[in-house]
Amino acid sequence: MDAQVTLTVDGTRHQLPVDTRTTLLDLMRERLGNTSPKKGCDHGQCGACTVLLDGQRQLPCLALAVAHDGAEIVTADGLAPAGELHPVQQAFLDADAFQCGYCTPGQVCSAVGVIEEAGRGWPSHATADVTAELSPEQALTHDEVAERMSGNLCRCAAYVNIVPAVQQAAGVQA
Amino acid sequence: MKPFAYARPADVAEAVRDVAAEPNAVFLAGGTNLVDHLKLGVARPDLVVDVRTLTSADVSDLPDGGLRLGAASTNSEVAADRRVRERYPVLAQALLAGATGQLRNTATTGGNPLQRTRCVYFADVTTPCNKREPGSGCSAVGGYTRYHAVLGTTAALPDPTAPETCIATHPSDMAVALAALDAQVQVLGPAGERTIPFTELHRLPGDDPSRDTVLEHGELITAIDLPPLPAGTRSAYRKVRDRASYAYALVSVAAVLPPGGDVRIALGSVAHRPWRATRAEELLRGAELTDHSVRAAMDAELAGAQPQPGLGGGNGFKIPLVNRTVVATLRALTSEASA
Ligand SMILES: Cc1cc2nc3c(=O)[nH]c(=O)nc-3n(C[C@H](O)[C@H](O)[C@H](O)COP(=O)(O)OP(=O)(O)OC[C@H]3O[C@@H](n4cnc5c(N)ncnc54)[C@H](O)[C@@H]3O)c2cc1C
Ligand code: SF4
Ligand code: FES
Ligand code: FES
Repeated sequence: MDAQVTLTVDGTRHQLPVDTRTTLLDLMRERLGNTSPKKGCDHGQCGACTVLLDGQRQLPCLALAVAHDGAEIVTADGLAPAGELHPVQQAFLDADAFQCGYCTPGQVCSAVGVIEEAGRGWPSHATADVTAELSPEQALTHDEVAERMSGNLCRCAAYVNIVPAVQQAAGVQA
Repeated sequence: MKPFAYARPADVAEAVRDVAAEPNAVFLAGGTNLVDHLKLGVARPDLVVDVRTLTSADVSDLPDGGLRLGAASTNSEVAADRRVRERYPVLAQALLAGATGQLRNTATTGGNPLQRTRCVYFADVTTPCNKREPGSGCSAVGGYTRYHAVLGTTAALPDPTAPETCIATHPSDMAVALAALDAQVQVLGPAGERTIPFTELHRLPGDDPSRDTVLEHGELITAIDLPPLPAGTRSAYRKVRDRASYAYALVSVAAVLPPGGDVRIALGSVAHRPWRATRAEELLRGAELTDHSVRAAMDAELAGAQPQPGLGGGNGFKIPLVNRTVVATLRALTSEASA
């Protein structure tokens, strides 16, 4: 069964008919040719598909396209203008925070979300006292970053470099 | 995936009418559980009615001093809300112990308590499962039972072919906190509105394991209310799992301790529903909370627990584990209170 949807992906508006079963991930990869978000598990378990959906890091493999008519999506590919790098992308290069790179676009989008959430003082499971105010520095210690990024699996286990990359991008002392 | 029609009605009343009129219709909120089940073939609806943008996404103050969580408020927003963090830390902690940042940004107050069990056989459509396919039997009995129930089950080795057998647990962390907080569920159904105490929302398998809750077809959760707590109330959530982050609970404990009042205890991942430890609560009423008194009260609570044998040694470990987790949780709460 088809439905019409309008989506903005990396700044470009698209209007197209989709089968109601289509996920945002399949729509981007198969219909729009944007292969930046990766399909690792297709069940919300690996984080490889992470994008910024309406400003928040979310998983397009578990989102029906019809349910997100009108949404604004930013993938790792659209974080910075063509030819430039977003500070998180630069930090991943500087810190050597990947090996094969398959998980990286999802890691990068997740890190952008993590830094933004820390800026708003959101607590995490690693936060000792959820009742206290939380500065971005307190929200981005090693243990905090590891906890906040735990939804992004890396088969190459580049974790030891991913955590400092996120801290560098946020301007936090590792 | 089986084809289905999609609808986003104008308002909640229409959404309720749409689902009520179609026996094989479901509500969709964040979709983090439902879309997974559509892919797996566990859910095979003809009609999906999207309510994510119809219910309220707000956390608002109630006149009695409590808080109302709109059904569409996300797990992230609720966990970050100042009022929740200060007045109901048990809820913030439970939410933050669940899933991942990405999932919590999507998952909703209405959808989280209604997520289905993580029993591996429920998710595998090639195996018998009374919850997914009523009457087909239960593959979990004697199988992989590490995440399964020890309370509210009928026997240590239930009949795997009986239609009423199900030893699944409810996987939600949030729900355990809501049970301890005596939250109230606001529901809109074909017959109008009703309020369900959260502790009565989820069922034991009884004679129909396919039904997780007492909600009737077409009934929509519009909000969950947190009652006010006396000033100085302490609360905490403790989750024990196979790794430090991003794993379902083996057991979990939510505890609420009003100053000079009686402790409330809810247990997670030990039964088909979040388990209020009413027997232990009763034994601790008016008593001093010491490791000894809490352990004894929990021994009584767990007297009827049924360890399930199974692959890798079954799940008997949960019984001492949940007892010790309650002791540790209350020890931390009482020492905080006297500090
Ligand atoms: C990899 C992974 C790990 C996870 N780990 C955890 C964990 O550790 N702890 C934990 O607690 N959870 C965990 N979850 C589950 C997650 O918390 C749930 O999927 C989520 O909370 C469901 O909310 P939703 O809004 O996405 O619901 P949906 O998927 O949209 O809906 C879930 C169910 O509720 C029904 N429904 C939704 N809203 C309403 C309403 N307002 N009224 C009536 N019915 C409604 C739907 O019909 C559906 O049956 C995990 C999920 C994944 C994918
Ligand atoms: S425990 Fe319940 S959900 Fe799991 S296989 Fe048995 S009937 Fe199905
Ligand atoms: S592909 Fe979306 S989480 Fe793995
Ligand atoms: S760099 Fe290879 S999976 Fe992460």
